[in-house]
Amino acid sequence: MSGRAWRPPSVWPRPWMGPLLVGAALAFLAWNAASLEVDPQRIARGLSRLGAVAARAFPPDWSRGGLLAAGVLESVEIATVSTLLGMALGIPVAVLAARNVVPLPVYAGGRGVITLGRTFHELIVAILFVKAVGFGPLAGVLTLGLHSVGFFAKLLAEQIETIDRGQIEAVRATGASPAQVLIYGVLPQVLPRVVGLAVYQWDIHLRQSTIIGIVGAGGIGATLYNAFARYDFDFALAILIVIVAIVLVGEAVSAVARRMVR
Amino acid sequence: MLEVRGLTKTYPGGDRALRGVTFTVDGHDAVFVIGPSGAGKSTLLRCINRLVEPDGGSVRLDGRELTTLGGAELRAARRGMGMIFQEFNLVERLTVMENVLSGRLGYVSTWRAWRRRFPPEDVEAAFRMLARVGLEGFENKRADELSGGQRQRVGIARALVQRPRILLVDEPTSSLDPRTSEAVLGLIVELAAEDRVPALVNIHDVPLARAFARRIIGLRDGEIVYDGPVAGLTRDVLQRIYGGTWATAEAGA
Amino acid sequence: MTPPRTWRRLTPARAAARALGQAALAVVVAWMLARLGIEWGYVRDAPSQVADLLGRMFPPDWGFAGALVAPLVQTINIATLGTALAIILSLPVALLAAANTTPNRVTYAAARLVMVVSRSVDTLIWALVFIIAVGPGSLAGVLAVGVRSIGFVSKLLAEGIEEIDRGQVEAVTATGAGRWQVLAYAVVPQIRPVFAGVAIYRWDINVRESTVLGIVGAGGIGFALNEAILGLDWSRVGTILAVVLAVVLASEAASASLRKRLT
Repeated sequence: MSGRAWRPPSVWPRPWMGPLLVGAALAFLAWNAASLEVDPQRIARGLSRLGAVAARAFPPDWSRGGLLAAGVLESVEIATVSTLLGMALGIPVAVLAARNVVPLPVYAGGRGVITLGRTFHELIVAILFVKAVGFGPLAGVLTLGLHSVGFFAKLLAEQIETIDRGQIEAVRATGASPAQVLIYGVLPQVLPRVVGLAVYQWDIHLRQSTIIGIVGAGGIGATLYNAFARYDFDFALAILIVIVAIVLVGEAVSAVARRMVR
Repeated sequence: MLEVRGLTKTYPGGDRALRGVTFTVDGHDAVFVIGPSGAGKSTLLRCINRLVEPDGGSVRLDGRELTTLGGAELRAARRGMGMIFQEFNLVERLTVMENVLSGRLGYVSTWRAWRRRFPPEDVEAAFRMLARVGLEGFENKRADELSGGQRQRVGIARALVQRPRILLVDEPTSSLDPRTSEAVLGLIVELAAEDRVPALVNIHDVPLARAFARRIIGLRDGEIVYDGPVAGLTRDVLQRIYGGTWATAEAGA
Repeated sequence: MTPPRTWRRLTPARAAARALGQAALAVVVAWMLARLGIEWGYVRDAPSQVADLLGRMFPPDWGFAGALVAPLVQTINIATLGTALAIILSLPVALLAAANTTPNRVTYAAARLVMVVSRSVDTLIWALVFIIAVGPGSLAGVLAVGVRSIGFVSKLLAEGIEEIDRGQVEAVTATGAGRWQVLAYAVVPQIRPVFAGVAIYRWDINVRESTVLGIVGAGGIGFALNEAILGLDWSRVGTILAVVLAVVLASEAASASLRKRLT
C-alpha cells in the first residue's frame, strides 16, 4: 500500500503563488538591503558610537528644567487644542461624508477631503502651515487639527453609516424635527464612540506634538532638535524621559476616559 | 377617520408593492391587515405617515390630505399618528422615560428636547402611560436592559403619549414569543379602545388576528382581496389571500 | 389632587458633577488657548495664506518628476526594510510581553518596557538618534523605522497572543510536544492572521513615515521636499506632494487588498 501525501492547503488561488510571492518578496528585500551600503564595519562603528552617546547621556541633565517644562507644556497645549479643533471640523465633514445623509456628489467630495487629510505626514503639513502663518504654536495647532480631521471624520462617518436606522425611523414617526431626530436618534448611538475617538486622537497628538517643533510649529521638538545638534545628549535624554512619561500618562487618561463613557 | 384611495408604490428595483389600495378606517376600531410576506403591509403603513413616499393615490386623515404636505406640516401631521414597530425601535441607550417622552418631540422645541425639559403635563402623562402598560417604576432603566415584551410596551406607551388620532401598528408581535405576543396585542387593542383611537394593525399570525379583530383587510401582492368582518374569513377567502400558504397561515406559523 | 410628578434624567448630584466637569474642561481649554499666545489676526489670515500657498504649487513642475524616482524608491526601501527589521524583532518581544507565553516576570516587564519606549518616541526622534550613531543617510532611516515599529507590531501581536484559545495549546501540550513545538503548532497558527495583518498595516504607515525622514537627513524623498521648500520652488513642491500622494494611496490600496487576502 502506497502512503498518500498531504500538504496544507494554500491561501492563494494557485498553489505555486505562495512560494513565488515569498521568493519575490525576499528578492525585493535583498535588493533593498544591497542599496543601503551597509557593511559590518559601519554597524560596529555605529554600535560603539551609540555606546559613547549613551555614556554621555547619563545622567540626564535636569538643570534646564524651565525650558523643558515650557516646551512640554506647549506640546500638551497644542495636542489638546488641536484635538478639539479636529473634532469641531471632523463632525460636519463626517456628516457630509456619510452616505445615508447626503446625496452622492457631496459624499464623494467629503470623502476626498478626508483622504487628503490623512495622506500627508503631519510634518509636511506643519512645514506648509509654518510657511503660511509663521513660526509658532498656531502652525502646530492648525497642522494637527487639520490632520486629524481626516482621521476623525472617516471613523465617525463609518459610525454614522452603521447606526440602527430603526431607532431613527421611530423618532421621525413621532413628528420630530430633523434636529430633534439628530439629538434623540443619532446622538445617543454615536456619542460614546465620539468620546472614545477624541481621547484616542489626543493620545496620538501628544506624540505628534513632540516633533512638529523641529520645523518650527511649536512644542518641545525644537528644543530637542537643538539638544541633539549641540551634542547635549544629557539634556536630550532628560527631554526624552519626559516625553515618554507624558505619552504614558496620556494613555492612562485615555483608558480611564473611555471606560467612563462605555 | 382615515381615507386611503388608490395608493400605489413601486420600489426602484421594480417591485410593485402597492397597486391601488383603497379603504377607509372609521370610528374607533382596530382594523387588522393580514397577508403573506411581501404583500405590501409594511409599505402600506409607511406610506400613510410617509416614512416611505407613495407614488400615487391619496391619504386623508380627518379630512386632511397627507400626501401633499411639506416639511413642517408633515411633521405636525405625524404627531397625530402613533407608530408601533416590529423591532420596537427604541433608542437603546436612552432610558425608558426618555423613550416614552420622545413621543412628544413633535410638540416641544429643539432646545427643550436637548435639555430633556418636557412640560409637566407630558411627564405626568408619561408616568401614567407607563403604569397603563404595566411598567410602573421602569422609567430610569435603559432601554437595552429590557426584554422584548417590555420594550414593545414602551413602544406602545410612546405611541399613545402622542395622543394620536390613529395608531399605525406594524407587526407588533413578530419578534415576540407566543404568550407575550398575545399579551402585547391584547394591550394594544385594549388601550386603543380605552383612548378611543382607531388602529391599523399589520399581523401575519391569522389566529391572533381572528382572536382580536372585528374587521380584517386581506392584502395580497399590493391589492386588497378582502375587506370585511372577521366572521367572513372563510377558507376560500384565506386561500385568496395566502394562495397556497393559507394552511400555514391558519396554523399561525 | 397631587401635583404633577417630575422626572430628571440625572440626579441633581450627577447633573452638578457633569456641569462642573464640563466647566472645568472649558476653563482648561480657554487657559491653554490663552497661553499659546495665538495671534487671532494670523488665524483670520490663515485660510487665504494657505490658499495662496496652494495656488503657487499649481501647476506642478511635472518635468521634475523624473528626478524624484530615485528618492521615492529609496523611501519605499526604507519603509520595507524597516518593517522587515521590526517584524523579525517583534516576534520574540511579543512572546515575552504576552502574559501567557512569557517565562517570568522580569522578561515580561523588560519586554513591556521595550514596547513602551519604542512607541512613545516618534520615528523622527529615533532618526535623530541613529544619525548620530551611523551618520546621515538611509541606514539611519531604516533603523529608526524599525525600532519605532517594534513597539507597534509587538503590542498588537502580544494582544493577539494573549487572546489565543488555551484549549488548542492544552491539546497540543497533552500530546507530549515540547515547548517550541507547542509554539509552532498551537500558538503560531493562531496568531498568523494577526501577524500578517499588523505587519502589512505597519508597512503602510511606515511608507508615510518614511516620506519625511529626509527632512532631518535620514534618507528618502523628504530631503528633496525640504530643499524645494527652502528654495521657495513651489511648483516643484507641488510635484513632490502629488507624487507622495500617489505613492501613499497606492501603498494603502496594496495593504488593504493584501490584508483582506491573508486574514
